[in-house]
Amino acid sequence: MQKVTRETLIEKAIALIAEEKVNRVLGWKAGEFSYDVTPAVFNDAESLKKDFVFTDFCGANFSKYLVKETKKDGKVLVFLKPCDTYSFNQLLTEHRFDREKVYVVGIPCDGMIDENAIKAKVGDGIISVTADGDKIKVETLYDGVKTLDKAEVLSERCANCKSKKHVAYDELIGEDGEVADSNRFDQVEMLEKMTPDERFAFWQEQLSRCIRCNACRNVCPACTCEKCVFDNPNSGVENKAAADSFEEKMFHIIRAFHVAGRCTDCGECSRVCPQHIPLHLLNRKFIKDINTFYGDYQAGEEVGSRAPLVNYTKEDIEPVDAVKKGDE
Amino acid sequence: MQVNGYKPKIVAFCCNWCSYAGADLAGSNRLSYPAEVKVIRVPCSCRVNPMFILRAFQRGADGVILCGCHPGDCHYTSGNYYTRRRMALLFSMLDYLGIERDRTRVEWVSAAEGAKFAATMNEFAEKVASLGENKRLEDLRCKK
Amino acid sequence: MQRIGVFVCWCGSNIAGTVDVAAVSDALKSEPGVVFSTNYQYMCSQAGQEMIKEAVKEHKLTGIVVCSCSPRMHEQTFRKTAAAAGINPYMVEIANIREQCSWVHKDMKEGTEKAIVLGRTAIAKVHLNAPLVPGESPVTKRALVIGGGIAGIQTALDIADAGFEVDIVETKPTIGGKMAQLDKTFPTLDCAACILTPKMVDVAQHEKIKIYSYSEVVDVKGFVGNFDVTIKKKARYVKEDVCTGCGLCTEKCPQKKVPNDFNLGMDNKRAIYIPFAQAVPKIATIDADYCTMLKTGKCGVCSKVCTAKAIDYTQKDEFVSEKYGAIVAATGFNPISMEKFDEYAYSQSKDVITSLEFERLMNAAGPTAGKLLRPSDGVHPHKIVFVQCVGSRCAACAEKGKEYCSKICCMYTAKHAMLTRDKYPDTDVTVFYIDVRTPGKQFDEFYRRAVEEYGVHYIKGMVGKVSPEGNKLIVQGSDLIANKQLKIEADLVVLAAAIEPDRSARPLATMLTASMDTNDFFTEAHPKLRPVESPTAGIFLSGACQGPKDIPETVSQAGAAAAKVIGLLSKDKLTGNPCVAHSDEMMCNGCSSCEKVCPYGAITYSDKEFRGPNRTTLIRRVASVNEAICQGCGCCTVACPSGAMDLKGFASKQIMAEVDAICK
Repeated sequence: MQKVTRETLIEKAIALIAEEKVNRVLGWKAGEFSYDVTPAVFNDAESLKKDFVFTDFCGANFSKYLVKETKKDGKVLVFLKPCDTYSFNQLLTEHRFDREKVYVVGIPCDGMIDENAIKAKVGDGIISVTADGDKIKVETLYDGVKTLDKAEVLSERCANCKSKKHVAYDELIGEDGEVADSNRFDQVEMLEKMTPDERFAFWQEQLSRCIRCNACRNVCPACTCEKCVFDNPNSGVENKAAADSFEEKMFHIIRAFHVAGRCTDCGECSRVCPQHIPLHLLNRKFIKDINTFYGDYQAGEEVGSRAPLVNYTKEDIEPVDAVKKGDE
Repeated sequence: MQVNGYKPKIVAFCCNWCSYAGADLAGSNRLSYPAEVKVIRVPCSCRVNPMFILRAFQRGADGVILCGCHPGDCHYTSGNYYTRRRMALLFSMLDYLGIERDRTRVEWVSAAEGAKFAATMNEFAEKVASLGENKRLEDLRCKK
Repeated sequence: MQRIGVFVCWCGSNIAGTVDVAAVSDALKSEPGVVFSTNYQYMCSQAGQEMIKEAVKEHKLTGIVVCSCSPRMHEQTFRKTAAAAGINPYMVEIANIREQCSWVHKDMKEGTEKAIVLGRTAIAKVHLNAPLVPGESPVTKRALVIGGGIAGIQTALDIADAGFEVDIVETKPTIGGKMAQLDKTFPTLDCAACILTPKMVDVAQHEKIKIYSYSEVVDVKGFVGNFDVTIKKKARYVKEDVCTGCGLCTEKCPQKKVPNDFNLGMDNKRAIYIPFAQAVPKIATIDADYCTMLKTGKCGVCSKVCTAKAIDYTQKDEFVSEKYGAIVAATGFNPISMEKFDEYAYSQSKDVITSLEFERLMNAAGPTAGKLLRPSDGVHPHKIVFVQCVGSRCAACAEKGKEYCSKICCMYTAKHAMLTRDKYPDTDVTVFYIDVRTPGKQFDEFYRRAVEEYGVHYIKGMVGKVSPEGNKLIVQGSDLIANKQLKIEADLVVLAAAIEPDRSARPLATMLTASMDTNDFFTEAHPKLRPVESPTAGIFLSGACQGPKDIPETVSQAGAAAAKVIGLLSKDKLTGNPCVAHSDEMMCNGCSSCEKVCPYGAITYSDKEFRGPNRTTLIRRVASVNEAICQGCGCCTVACPSGAMDLKGFASKQIMAEVDAICK
């Protein structure tokens, strides 16, 4: 696979601005540390050259940003990894932005790195991380330079990549990949095999860490509601006092249900969770169930597809049988 | 209904056209079921938002049952088909979280099935009572 | 804060026997918002209702809770009482303490406790009730019938006889449909034309009926009572108002090799034609695919011979817009194509024909002038084999045929067999069947006559293969009762092809937002209780477009559809159910989820301008509900991810308040 570099992307962006195909660019700029790159909008060649970065930490899914970006005048250039394009299509299906206002450059991806995985290997004090083929070099304050296999520090979602194929783009850099044969449901299956008590213990352990920071919701490309039900006093689930309220206990279940059938499994929720709760395992359970009950469905694969929860067949599985499916 | 001295709270959502009428028929035929079962009338089972079910559990319900017209007989032609999908997924999720699966149920009860309504409620209430108080959804995010 | 009055009914001893009604009214008195609480022997009685009215006045009540029998019994009664007392009828809630409490619980303490909770739940809901006013919309007193077969004809005549204007849109140049092609009709064997053509004339002469023949519906907008329909009048190159139907052109046209679709291609017609002698309207039509003048600009014979000067080679398709209050789909059926059933050698031999082709062969106005002759050589057949269920009841081979029973084939096959034996006693007739289904008045008697009086051989079993050999057809089949394989040398094989909805039905259903089943038959609003209405208000179903039907059944359904249309058109205004969905535009994401689940097509999306920050204008795609169409199921409210959609009368907040009250 062709490796895209910072320079290729800058060059492409500058060319598109010069041709007046786009007015601005949605990209990444460096943060405090090498691993905390941040989404940013660039308006000209100068700022691109100065601040634009592209590293193995550019995991952010830009699709959601387009909801707001396309409200502005002119056209925006966005770089989308294969997995991001599914969210892109799903948002188009839901009429969340105007396709005409976006220019999509599809970029290949061989997986993004999870900084927590590095920290777990090398400890704190990371000064720099540099990629070198299959290896990455980590320089730390205390221990000098350490070399790690990229494969062992990949994000979970990249290690279980579902697709290297772009389902939407105006132009591609490099060759397109294929839909992958991933093991992404293995963990869900593992949980299903546990006893209910074990499952409850697992989830209680995980969800009790939640601090209700809303990061998962705020990053989720399926959560683009004009007003989220959790912020809406009329919804009946909003509650300001966090202590013992309905929304507090049911937040993650309600959120997962809201995005069920619309979630593309982009994995952003788990990436941004400061408490490292494996939230994707909730969404993946719904995806797995949908595939098992109603036939394979990948949200965002096709623009305009009918999501499983706004669809039915007369022969659908009964709820009483559905809960037993996990036992098999 | 008491099992080991525990009287459960049960919320039953019934669609106006079939199941609520079925519940009325159970009454007309004097077919008894536990007083812990309390019915909320909705126009169609598809009006029942999963949030209502979660809300009931959070407010202390020990079991929630949803009754609608038999598939194919929906007054609104397709409502219960959507209900079936929504609840299949919701119940499967609750099960995945380790919540006892006998606390939730969907049953299709026609307006002529007073006996089925009563029998369903008796059976459901007994199962829920045997599970005791619903603690898990309460405690899901509160590990002490 | 509402001022709520609580009225606990004893229902004689029906409630008071197991529920301490006084304790209930006392307990509910202390609920928030309750300013008055009482109990009475019969709340629904005149005296009980007066009590409510007085309490409304005396205590300035804004909401009423009646603890009584099921709302299915007396909700309407108490709503009327409320309206009479001057408060909105939708400010009434019923706590069902009879059917769902006193009648199912034996213990007084238990019953009383539950009644209090149910009362409290109703109070919690009333707190959130809002006055609701049903919407009104006007009704265009005119109906559109799509399809001019016997179903459409009957529906149109019945509606017109009731004094309403009706337009029929028929895609063929004449009305009459399939029935006009039939020879005799079961079970009475009267000739189809003899009973149909007078009805066609009635239609033509009825002052309230207008026929758009050779026309199609291309667009439908609007909703019940207010449809805007665009009709395409296809160019027939003959001025409809000038042509006298003399038929001279159809005799003089030099282009003689046009397959005659009315006779299913078994003979030819001219490029200008009138489908059959009794066509309505009796106007010639030019088949543009064959007309030499239209194709090459050289000919013009018809124009020369036409004394009325009706020919117009420059005619173009014309689009007409009309308004209607109700639309009836009567698009009918067709026999399925025999393409995939080559085991019966349909494509290999001209002497393997479908039942509809057989009708034409037997018909005095058909290609053989009613003589039963083999299509291949014009010789009279002496051995005929009929094969039933060709493509019907095909569960195992559904990709080939239809899973359903086509319903009419058993009877018409019996008819064909009987007519053949009657007219040609020298002909031997065999029928292969899976089951013979003859439910219907005089149907089984009819079938038994075919067997017992006319000597038709009925063989239970399927035909596996038909192979042409010389001028014979070798029919290989099994006799399941004798348990043996048969080989019959036949002169003619007649296939009872399954019937399927007309192909125009699917795009029409999309235009009408009427739902269809997987076989493309229109779905009823309720399969048992509302069989002639579509789930989409204002759309009605007549004839075989709803499912396979014979003529008597079609005519009765056509009449029923007409009755429903008349009921609708006789209203000046439509009053809706006020418990309908409503979308909060400020919260709507424009995602279309609600639109997808709505069974009635009541939700539409449009781009609307909203005020943005800093005096800017934002355009957002938002949903709106047509209250005249919405039936209030609430499916959209759950499909909506943002909670923008809610249901009046059953709002999320109200239901959650009920949940809270029960779980308290």
